[in-house]
Amino acid sequence: MKQAWKEHWEKYLLILPFAVLFIVFTAIPVLASIVISFTSFNMLEFPKFVGFSNYINLMVNDDVFLIAVKNTLLFALITGPVSYLMCFVFSWLINELSPKIRAFMTLVFYAPSISGNAYLIWKLIFSSDMYGYANSWLLRLGFADEPILWFDKKEYVLPILILVQLWLSLGVSFLAFIAGLQNVDKTLYEAGSIDGIRNRWQELWFITLPSMKPQLMFGAVMQITSSLSVSQISIELAGFPSVSYAGHTILTHLHDYGFVRYEMGYASAIAAILFFIMVFTNIIVQKALRRVGA
Amino acid sequence: MPSVIGVAAAVRKAYLSRKFKRRNRSILGDFSLTFFLGVFGLFSVWPLVFIINNAFKPLNEIFVFPPNLFVQNPTLTNFADLSIILGNSWIPLSRYIFNTVFLTALGTVGTVLIGSMAAFPLAKYVFPGSRLMSKLVVYSLMFNGTVTALPNYIIMSKLHMIDTYWAIILPSAGGTLGLFLMQNFMVQVPSALLEAAKMDGAGEFTIFWRVMMPLSKSAWITLVILSFQFLWGTTGGGFIYSEKLKPVSYALSQIVNAGVARTGVASAVTLIMLVVPVVVFVISQSNVIQTMATTGIKE
Repeated sequence: MKQAWKEHWEKYLLILPFAVLFIVFTAIPVLASIVISFTSFNMLEFPKFVGFSNYINLMVNDDVFLIAVKNTLLFALITGPVSYLMCFVFSWLINELSPKIRAFMTLVFYAPSISGNAYLIWKLIFSSDMYGYANSWLLRLGFADEPILWFDKKEYVLPILILVQLWLSLGVSFLAFIAGLQNVDKTLYEAGSIDGIRNRWQELWFITLPSMKPQLMFGAVMQITSSLSVSQISIELAGFPSVSYAGHTILTHLHDYGFVRYEMGYASAIAAILFFIMVFTNIIVQKALRRVGA
Repeated sequence: MPSVIGVAAAVRKAYLSRKFKRRNRSILGDFSLTFFLGVFGLFSVWPLVFIINNAFKPLNEIFVFPPNLFVQNPTLTNFADLSIILGNSWIPLSRYIFNTVFLTALGTVGTVLIGSMAAFPLAKYVFPGSRLMSKLVVYSLMFNGTVTALPNYIIMSKLHMIDTYWAIILPSAGGTLGLFLMQNFMVQVPSALLEAAKMDGAGEFTIFWRVMMPLSKSAWITLVILSFQFLWGTTGGGFIYSEKLKPVSYALSQIVNAGVARTGVASAVTLIMLVVPVVVFVISQSNVIQTMATTGIKE
């Protein structure tokens, strides 16, 4: 301990401010909610220890939670990988532009993320009367005889939420990829073209992707957390609760127990389960990413 | 839409201009990619165009359903109404603006500096505790913030930070996203450079400031954008109660919440709140440029 400090004190000092803030504002609250997940806690009375019963109830007795898990996994299985690919493809495509034009194009693609709750615009598109954009086009083109009640039919809810999430794809990972692409050593491309790389696809697989592995890892974590923690677009667009729980996700379930029913113990157990799903997904994805460019 | 065609042409010109022309590119590939970018770009930029146009619409145009994208008879009424409302405000507007600028500036500098400082040793060295710390950072990103809100509030109140700026600034500066982003970029800085700097007698702090930060400029600029965007939009959450400490986005949201009669003003507010982050975004993004080229060192 003393020796480690003597040898590395500068490093520890650099980390210290972050470590203090991290422990106070992240680590302790997370540990506290894990402890709370083993209690029955209504935010008025002192928490009562109940062991694993919250977890057991979630897995065995809570049918709605199982629907939520199914919806969330389906949602994440589609939006996670597709968003990730979109972030990369778009950043890669605009990478060669001059900085000014690239900044403008980045703004264009990042616009849904910068304009706050711009996704509410989809409410106009999927408005259930004949004036909503989607309905008015379908009626005009003869694909429908009467306006479709988009968020009242359970088969439409999840697909629409997926569409909206894909539209919102180009966020943090997109910006990280743009910065990452700028960091790729340009001399590698020259060397590559001498070594017989013929087109942009080979260049991509053999040079670009391996050169930005850390950014790819970063993007993957971002994508996993965002695609598995969908809730706001569901609540805002499909309403809460949604028709036959068609837009119900793990996080809307958490929202229900945490902020409607004030059962913090149960809500914390939901958060813990979501956490384990994310950690598990992350392990698999990181393993897959190690193979890139090989 | 002529503006779109203009952009597509500019993009294509940039692709073809000598400065950016590279080996291994086919014209057909360039063209189809530009087309693809243009179409998707239209979908993405739609709400932005909508917000800009909405702010200049007279009330009768705002209430048209379904709404028109482009304004027919542009007017500044919405902004004039807004300035009247703000003129009557109990706390002067300048105070709200000061609060937001103060919060955003200090919070962003704090986030970038504290996150980067911690990211450097974790990215470039192995020492007792470094692996554990890196793991904790990644995993904490996966724990949803909604259930930690309650313990967080209790901690804030024990530290007497409720109703101070610190309740916003400090958690943001200790945010794990910033560290994780910086760490993933700093890993790529060649270790040989650090060795060279050490040979010249530089300590870790000097290396951090003179070597790591300049070489990971693209990364911290990206972090500036993210942090700025987050702090600029904050309404103070459940932490700031005093009216004179509230940020401008809170004041403006109160104006908007006054009801349907404020719809015109609301659209002006939306535009105003958006202008600053957009300007910061564009300026920062054009500074995301290659930093590694001059190093000439390969691992």
